[in-house]
Amino acid sequence: MSASVAHSPAVSTVPAAPTSRLFGVIAFASGLVFALGLGFGGMLQPSKVLGFLDVAGDWDPSLAFVMGGAIGVHFFFARRSLKAPKPLLATSFSWPTAKRIDVPLALGATLFGVGWGLVGYCPGPAIVSIVSAAPSALLFTATMLGTSVVTRRVMSHLRGKEGPSSKTLADVA
Amino acid sequence: MNAHFTPVASLVGGVLIGVSATTMLVLDGKIAGISGIVTGMSEPRRGDFGWRALFVLGLLVGGLIFLWLRPSAIGAASPSLVRIAIAGVLVGVGTQLSGGCTSGHGVCGLSRLSPRSMVATGTFMLAAGLTTYVVMHVLGGGA
Repeated sequence: MSASVAHSPAVSTVPAAPTSRLFGVIAFASGLVFALGLGFGGMLQPSKVLGFLDVAGDWDPSLAFVMGGAIGVHFFFARRSLKAPKPLLATSFSWPTAKRIDVPLALGATLFGVGWGLVGYCPGPAIVSIVSAAPSALLFTATMLGTSVVTRRVMSHLRGKEGPSSKTLADVA
Repeated sequence: MNAHFTPVASLVGGVLIGVSATTMLVLDGKIAGISGIVTGMSEPRRGDFGWRALFVLGLLVGGLIFLWLRPSAIGAASPSLVRIAIAGVLVGVGTQLSGGCTSGHGVCGLSRLSPRSMVATGTFMLAAGLTTYVVMHVLGGGA
């Protein structure tokens, strides 16, 4: 954890204790269920992921079922949540603020896709796989997280130079 | 049909991921995008760190359960360490530039019918497919 970031103890946005505790329990349980989903789905095996991406080879369409199952469940609740005033255990939804389809979106998705296709790891499976202590999983996750943090810092630095942005969480379709 | 095809297990896995994304959104109001949740821990703000750490802890405990009960579910990547490092850099930079990965854009964003996520998902699927094609069929080989 970074010790260089100073916080004012006078300002607290933490909700009351019981809600906060349940909020954390949900986060933990969701992470656990997510990892179980990745494992059952076959996404923790890079060879299986590449077997899905390699449409021209001996194609294994399994991962389309992972995507279909996930979206099939989430679609209904996501659409309902867009119309809901607030989530059940928090004061507001943290919707993404970016709306524009721009060069960073397309360039970033391209770079991500190339990296995914080179090895078969995307962020979730890579992080879960570090428990195996396999050098490939550790190296991938370390380089991914390191460059993620640097990229995030550089982006927020550049955005800061453009002038004050007044994005609000509300202006999301 | 491919010998490794696992439609039932993969569908079950997908449903679990959908349930996870749904509880995060409906109860906590958060998007279950892994790259965003994890990288957000690098700039801790009050009230915004703990849930991220707990979600990641849940991910790791889930991994440990597989390691304990069904270790074959976790496979290692076969490419050289150089290629793995390059891929890690591309995934790290790419997910931050585009603001999401397979979960944030591919599952959560597509479920919201977000235009950004549709473009991102189409793009990274295409890029991943073309990359795999080049590696397997042009350069000739997995390892």
